[in-house]
Amino acid sequence: MVSIEIDGKQIKANDGAMVIEAADDAGISIPRFCYHKKLSVAANCRMCLVHVEKARKPLPACATPVTEGMKIFTRTPLALQAQKGVMEFLLINHPLDCPICDQGGECELQDVAMGYGSGLSRYCEGKRVVEDKNLGPLIATEMTRCIHCTRCVRFGEEIAGIKELGATGRGEHMKIGTYVEKTVDSELSGNVIDLCPVGALTSKPFRYRARAWEMRQADSIAPHDCVGSNIHIHTKGREVLRVVPRDNEAVNETWISDRDRFSYEGIHSADRVEKPRIKESGRWTEVSWEHALAFVGDKLKALPADKLGFVAGPSCTSEEYYLFQKLARALGTDNIDYRLRQLDISDQAQVAISQTLGQTIEEFEQNNAFLLVGSNLRKDQPILGHRLRKAGLRGASVSLINSMDHEFRFPVANKLLGGAGDLIRNLAGVTKELLAQNASYKRSKDLSDVLSGIEANDTHRSIAKALSSANKATVILGNQANYHPQSSTIRALAAAICELSGAKLSIVTDGGNSVGAQLMGVLPHRGPGGKKLSKTGLSFNEMLTTSIKGLVVMGAELDADTLTGSSALETAKHAEIVVSITPFSSAAIEKYAHVMLPVGTFAETSGTYINTEGRWQSFEGAVQPYAESRPAWKVLRVLGNVMKLDGFDYFSTEEVMDEIKEHVGHVELNNLFEWEAPAVTGLNGSNGLEMIGDVPIYSVDAIVRRAAALQGTTDAVSSCVYLNSNAASKQGLMDSDTVSVVHQSGSISMTVKLDNRVPDGCIFLPSGASTTDSLGAPFGSVKLDKLAGSINDQGAIGAANV
Amino acid sequence: MSESKLDLLTAASKAEIDQWVAKYPADKKQSATMPALRIVQDQNEGYLTQDLMDAIAEYLGIPAISVYEVATFYSMYEHKPVGKHKICVCTNVSCMLRGSDEIVAHLKKKINVNGWREVSADGRFSLKEVECLGACAGAPMMQIGREYHENLTPEKIDKILESLD
Repeated sequence: MVSIEIDGKQIKANDGAMVIEAADDAGISIPRFCYHKKLSVAANCRMCLVHVEKARKPLPACATPVTEGMKIFTRTPLALQAQKGVMEFLLINHPLDCPICDQGGECELQDVAMGYGSGLSRYCEGKRVVEDKNLGPLIATEMTRCIHCTRCVRFGEEIAGIKELGATGRGEHMKIGTYVEKTVDSELSGNVIDLCPVGALTSKPFRYRARAWEMRQADSIAPHDCVGSNIHIHTKGREVLRVVPRDNEAVNETWISDRDRFSYEGIHSADRVEKPRIKESGRWTEVSWEHALAFVGDKLKALPADKLGFVAGPSCTSEEYYLFQKLARALGTDNIDYRLRQLDISDQAQVAISQTLGQTIEEFEQNNAFLLVGSNLRKDQPILGHRLRKAGLRGASVSLINSMDHEFRFPVANKLLGGAGDLIRNLAGVTKELLAQNASYKRSKDLSDVLSGIEANDTHRSIAKALSSANKATVILGNQANYHPQSSTIRALAAAICELSGAKLSIVTDGGNSVGAQLMGVLPHRGPGGKKLSKTGLSFNEMLTTSIKGLVVMGAELDADTLTGSSALETAKHAEIVVSITPFSSAAIEKYAHVMLPVGTFAETSGTYINTEGRWQSFEGAVQPYAESRPAWKVLRVLGNVMKLDGFDYFSTEEVMDEIKEHVGHVELNNLFEWEAPAVTGLNGSNGLEMIGDVPIYSVDAIVRRAAALQGTTDAVSSCVYLNSNAASKQGLMDSDTVSVVHQSGSISMTVKLDNRVPDGCIFLPSGASTTDSLGAPFGSVKLDKLAGSINDQGAIGAANV
Repeated sequence: MSESKLDLLTAASKAEIDQWVAKYPADKKQSATMPALRIVQDQNEGYLTQDLMDAIAEYLGIPAISVYEVATFYSMYEHKPVGKHKICVCTNVSCMLRGSDEIVAHLKKKINVNGWREVSADGRFSLKEVECLGACAGAPMMQIGREYHENLTPEKIDKILESLD
C-alpha cells in the first residue's frame, strides 16, 4: 500500500494501482472515455489528464501508477485547462446530434462535455463523416459519433475472446469497424453497447424507443441460464423496453450475455395470451378467470390422483415451484417433475438434493485444472464460459470431452470428441488411469464392469494428471452431459474421477432456476428441501409411457422444451385435460392443451431464482402482467383456494418465501453422492451415423424463441442437419442437399449443412425447435436418405426456427 | 466455417514469412504481420487483396481484423493495383519548398496520369504522394522501388524513367 493525496484527501492505494483506480475507490471523479475498469489501459483519449505535483505536464490518471507521497490535483487550473482542451478536440469531429441520438441523456460524452468542456467550439471547418456498418441485428451503429476510445475493440480481444472490431486506417481516416461487411457474432457482443461512451454503438432493438429519463428501472435476475445474471429492467408504462446489466462482481461482474439482454423482446410477442382460454369441441374461447379456474379445479379433482401429472419447465421462480408441488401433493400425487430434457434419471435417489456448481462462481474461476464434459459452456452459460476463459488465459489447464468441437477462445490442453458412446468411453479412460494410480480406492470394484475393456490412452493420462496434480480442479458436467441417454453413468464416473483426483464436481444445469426446482421438490421422489417421500411418483419420462389423464404444464412448451417432443405431445393427446400455465400460446399448445391460464413472464412477477452457486436472488416485478394475465404464483394460490385445499392463503411471494425457508433453509449443497455401480453401456456406436443433439443458445425457452432480434443472429441455428465434410462425402451428400432424416419414431426432411465441428460418424441436429420434435430423443443411430430436388421445391421445410 | 485461403500464399512467401516468425516468441506470431504483408504484397505485383490479408491472418493464427488494421495504417501497403514501378513523391515541406509541385506536374505529364494513385495506361508506372522519407537534404526527392532519387529536376526524371524497363 502507498499513501497518496488526491485533491487534499489522504488515500491509501494498492501498489501498482493507477491514479484513476485510487480516485474511483475514494469516490473522486476523474473524467474518462477510454479507461474502463475491466479492460486494459489504452490511454488514448487523454480525458483523464490530472495535475501531479512535480510533474512538468498534466498526466493521464489511467496510465500513471501511484507512488508513495504522490500529490494529485484534479481541479487545479492546469488540470482543468488540460481537460477542457482535450474535450474541445474530442468534439471537433463529433456531430453533436444529441437530439436525434439514442444515447442522449445517458451519454458519457454529453456528461463530460457538460462538466469539463466549454460552451463554445472554435472549430468551424468541415467535420468528417463515417459510413455506418451493419454489425447484425443487435447493435446499431452511427460511426460518425465515434471518438475512437477503442473500448469496443479491446472488449472483443480481451473479454469476448474474438477480435471482430478493429481500428483501420490512420489519423483523420481511422475508423472503428469490421473492415469487411461482417456481423459481430460473440454471445457477449451486446456489452459493447454499454461500453461505448457515445452514441456510436447502440441497441438496435431499443433504437428510438424511449429517452433514459422516461423509463423506470427495476432490479431483476436474468432467467435464461443457471448463472442468474443481475440485470436492470427498464420499462415505460406496461412495456419492458430494454435490459441492461447490474454490477455484481460475484456473479456477472459488469457483463450480461446477449440472450439475457435481448430476450425481453419475447415478452411482447404477438403470442401472448390475453385472457384465460378454454377449448370446447376444438374451438378456443376466452373466459373469465373465475370460470377458468373453477373449470380446471373441477376437472382435476374428478380424476384419480395417480392419473394426474404436473410438469414444469426449468425457469420458473422458486415460489411458483413451491406452490406447484404443494398443489400437486395436496391433490395426492407425486407425479411431478421439471426434468423435461433429461433422458436418464435412474440415479435420482442417490444424486445430491440439488445439483450445483459445487463452489461459488468466483471460486470456480480460481481452479487450475478443468475437465469439461458434454458442454458448450460458452453458449449454454455464457458468463461461466467467460469465467472459464479467464482461468484458461491465466494458465489453468482446460480439457474437453465433448461431442461437437465447440470453439473455446483460449488454449485447450486436451480435447476428446465423439458421439454419446465415445463420451462415456473417454470418461472411463480417464477414470481407469486415475484408478491405476490409486489401487487402494475403496470403490474400485464398483467400477470394474464399466471399465472392462477400456484402455487409457495418452490423452486420458494427460487429463488424469492435470486433474490430480492441480491443487484446485473441477470436473464440469454440462447441459449435454445431463441430456445424455446414459447420464447416470456419466455422473457416476465423474464422481469417481473427483473422488480419485480430489477435484470438485460441478453440474451446471439448464434453465434459470433448476436448482430452485430441485430444492422446492418439483421431483417425484423428493419434497421441498430434499425430503424423502414414502412413495415415489412418476417422473416426466415415466409419465410419457403411462396414461396420464390430467396434465398440468407450467412454464414449458411440450414440443420444444423437451427432448422427446413427439411422445410428450402423444401423451398430452390422450389426456382428458391438459392445463397450460403459460404466457404464450403456440400452434402446438392450441393443439395439445384444453385450458390456457395466462401468466406473467419473469419481468411481470416477483419471485426468487436460485443460481448454480446456490445463491438465492429475489426480485420484484418490473411491469404489470400483460393484459389479464397474472403472476403464476397467484394463479396457483387461487387454484388451491378454488379446489378448497388447505394452506393456500398467501398475500405475497414473501409469505411463500417464509414458508419455503422453513422447509429448505437448512439444506447444505454438496454435489458428491453415493453413486451406484454403473452398468456396462450398450453405446458402442453404430456402423452408420449417430445423432447428437443439443439445444442451441437461442432455442432454450419460450421467451428466447420469441425474441426477434436474437433469432436473426448467426447463433440462431436453423433447423438443418449438420455433418462434417468427411461424413458428407461418405454419404454422397453436399451442402444444401435435402435429406430425409430417419430416426427412432419418425423421419423428417431437412437441409444438409456442412460443419466441421461435428465429429466423424455423427450428425448434429439442433433440438428445441418444433420442426424436429417428431424424431424422438436426439441420440442413437440415424439414417440419412438423399431426396431429389432442392429445398425450395419442398416449401418451407428447414426454414429458420421461429 | 469459411474456406481456407492458405493456398493463396506461395511456398516461397511462406518460407520467407517463417524466417520472420522464427525471430519472435512462439506465441507472438502477430509480430510478423508487417514483414508478412510486405512479402505477400511483393508476391502479388505490389498490392494486397482482402483474400491475401485473410490468408496472412490464417497463416499467423491471428484475427483477420488485426491484419486489416496494420495494412490500412501504414502507407506502404497498397490495396489497389499499382504500376510495375511505383513512384512515390514526397510533398512535405522541404521538398515542397524545393519545388516538388513542379516535379509532380512533370511526372504526371510524363507517365500521362491525372492524379495520385493512378496507373499509367501501359501499366508500367503509378504515382503516389508520400510523407517525408527523411531525405530532406536531397529535396526534392522520390522513391521508386527500393531506390531513393534526390535533387530531382525534370531532366533527371526523364533519364531515370528511361533507364527503367
